[in-house]
Amino acid sequence: MRILKLMFKNTLRHKLRTFLTILGIGIAVMAFGFLRTVVTAWYAGVEASAANRLITRNSVSFIFPLPLAYKDKIAKLPGVEKVSYMNWFGGVYIDKTQFFARMAADPETALDVYPEFIVPADQLAAFKNERNACIVGADLAKQYNFKIGDVIPMEGDIYPGKWEFVVRAIYQPRDKTVDGTQMWFHWAYLDERMRQEMPGRAGQVGWYIIRIKDPKDAAKISEEVDNIFQNSRAETKTETEAAFQQGFVAGTGLIISLLNFMAFVIIGIIMLILGNTMIMSARERTKEYAVLKTIGFSGSHLTKLIAGESIIISLLGGGLGIALTYPIVGLFSLVVPKSWFPVFYVEPMTLLLAGSSALLVGIVASLFPIQRSLRTSIVDGLRFVG
Amino acid sequence: MKIPLKYTLRNFQSRRLTTGITVVGIAMVVFVFTAVLMLAAGIRKTLVATGSTENVIVARKAANGEISSIIMNDTYNIIMSIPQVAKTADNRPMATGDVVVIINLTKFGTSGGISNVTVRGVSQPAFQLRPHVKVVEGRMFNWGAREVIVGASISRRFEGVQIGNTIKFGGDTWTVVGQYEAGGTGFDSEIWGDVTQLQDAFNRGGSFSTVTFRMAGTDQLDAISKAFAGDNRLQQFEAKTERKFFEEQSEFMSIFISALGIFITVFFSVGAVIGAMITMYAAVANRTVEIGTLRALGFRRRSVLAAFMTESIIISLVGAAVGLFLASFLQFLKVSTLNFGSFSELEFSFALTPDTIMSALIFAVLMGLVGGFLPAVRAARLSIVNALRSA
Repeated sequence: MRILKLMFKNTLRHKLRTFLTILGIGIAVMAFGFLRTVVTAWYAGVEASAANRLITRNSVSFIFPLPLAYKDKIAKLPGVEKVSYMNWFGGVYIDKTQFFARMAADPETALDVYPEFIVPADQLAAFKNERNACIVGADLAKQYNFKIGDVIPMEGDIYPGKWEFVVRAIYQPRDKTVDGTQMWFHWAYLDERMRQEMPGRAGQVGWYIIRIKDPKDAAKISEEVDNIFQNSRAETKTETEAAFQQGFVAGTGLIISLLNFMAFVIIGIIMLILGNTMIMSARERTKEYAVLKTIGFSGSHLTKLIAGESIIISLLGGGLGIALTYPIVGLFSLVVPKSWFPVFYVEPMTLLLAGSSALLVGIVASLFPIQRSLRTSIVDGLRFVG
Repeated sequence: MKIPLKYTLRNFQSRRLTTGITVVGIAMVVFVFTAVLMLAAGIRKTLVATGSTENVIVARKAANGEISSIIMNDTYNIIMSIPQVAKTADNRPMATGDVVVIINLTKFGTSGGISNVTVRGVSQPAFQLRPHVKVVEGRMFNWGAREVIVGASISRRFEGVQIGNTIKFGGDTWTVVGQYEAGGTGFDSEIWGDVTQLQDAFNRGGSFSTVTFRMAGTDQLDAISKAFAGDNRLQQFEAKTERKFFEEQSEFMSIFISALGIFITVFFSVGAVIGAMITMYAAVANRTVEIGTLRALGFRRRSVLAAFMTESIIISLVGAAVGLFLASFLQFLKVSTLNFGSFSELEFSFALTPDTIMSALIFAVLMGLVGGFLPAVRAARLSIVNALRSA
């Protein structure tokens, strides 16, 4: 117990230095936590995927449509509970920088396959009843101040022309892992316009969402779906929702590697800051350590003394960093539009990683000074001039 | 009188480890800072080089990229009737209507990892409009055949698109007959074929995604924009120089990377500044007697201040040099990512611009100034008697 007291006393000897070290580690740990949060936000779509949802799209790429007629064929397969479909609408609202997901969906089935989008029953009925009604996420409604009954005008690009949608329902995401920034409108409304203006593009859907009874059958059903349409003009590719989302993330692997690399560098920086402090302290105390050895303290005592001090400082810094992560993540989500990172929150895993890397750094940073002080003989230590 | 620089340099020698650690810390921050700026600059540079200032590209105003733009055949004919469109030797408009689509291909070495690749259908004048596109292996595709040529970077990175392979899309198979290079521009990351074949395969009738033409003279853009504004049938379309169009495709990605990178490196730098501060405070504390001696010899307070500031700035400049040196090797690296602007794979290299070097140096000097200032002030304020007595 005495040794613990000595450790604490040691940390307080150079108050300014200890304070700066803790602050430095704290800020670095905060940057680490922030980076991890960005990475997890990137994977949010994969994380939020349901195991019982499959996505079927055109095998050439997602920009090519599939015929609506596929729906009934897919629905007949054993193990399939529900089939819904969507089209990516794109379009411009206000100007091109205002980005959020706009989709044409089948109002009858969309919410059956996406139960995590929670809509009050009366609003859902109103949405289903009006041809040009739309449903928006609560986060989106907050960002643009949409209210029930508002008209959202849009300029189409993939589907050219002027479009107007009436907000009839606002969905609440079930929890914070669910995207609250999407907008859906009636697929039939889109199809009707296409039938009149570009008949070649009527009756086409972007992708099918299939809800299956048992997630264990995912691979089997995916294969069966693709087999039905093999050698047709529009071959399909069916995969689990997670794999589909992963495909989008995989393309931007470079950014993920960049972020991970930065996280790695941060740990290096923390190590340098703490290592520097510990080396300096141990160097200044060379004489003291020689005195301790002279009066009979063993090497293990010295080891505990130095390692303990290092760990105390690193844990304090780590704690400060974790405490700072929350405000900085909050600040970032205030500055950046919600629709860029629809799901942005600090995962418990992030905190665990930050805390454990701080602890690890505490141990590693003390190794060099420990080794040095153990190696210095008593005579050399007493003779040492700083 | 100034304290000789030699004094500062000797000090580094006597405290090698601590000085070294601080230099490494700053080098790390500068390296990351530079790498991020180089990445953003690389994307921009590649896409700026893609487009020419002599060509004009027409796309639908609302479209975010080429894939979401549609230009019908009658609109194409209206655009061709604008007098500022240059003519080829046989008096046809020097223009190409492109059809741009995305297909999925499997990347090498990622065990089935797929990515989006742009397939561009072009008309014959395209090769005059974009003279940097040259077939380097195999042969040019035959007009009127289901054949394609593949950009160098795509054939390096993706499976099944080498000469002799067939690619399946649009309800048909396409033979790869050649490989082309486009001088490190965005076109290197594409697959090209005959536009009429693609229109046919994708049921596009006579419609295009974008239309690109050569201007009949320099600086005709104003006249062209006026012609667009004056024609009711062209209200939904917009003409830009090809360079500006492709440069805009880099915007989102390069702003995103720079913003995120700078946000994070600023935090890094706070860590490094604190590291430098700790080192400098220790340097001052260890040298109290020395400082007293210097003062007793007649050196002024401001000379002491200057000496310590110089020390700190030298440390940070050495750190910056190391960081920049290491980062400069990144230029040899070619990377690729999904570009949000075009939603398809784009290969580019890290680009080290003079701006980036300047920013990194200024950034490092700032770190040195901030980290060194407070300790230097403490050194300068020591009283001679106390300092000499402190041993």
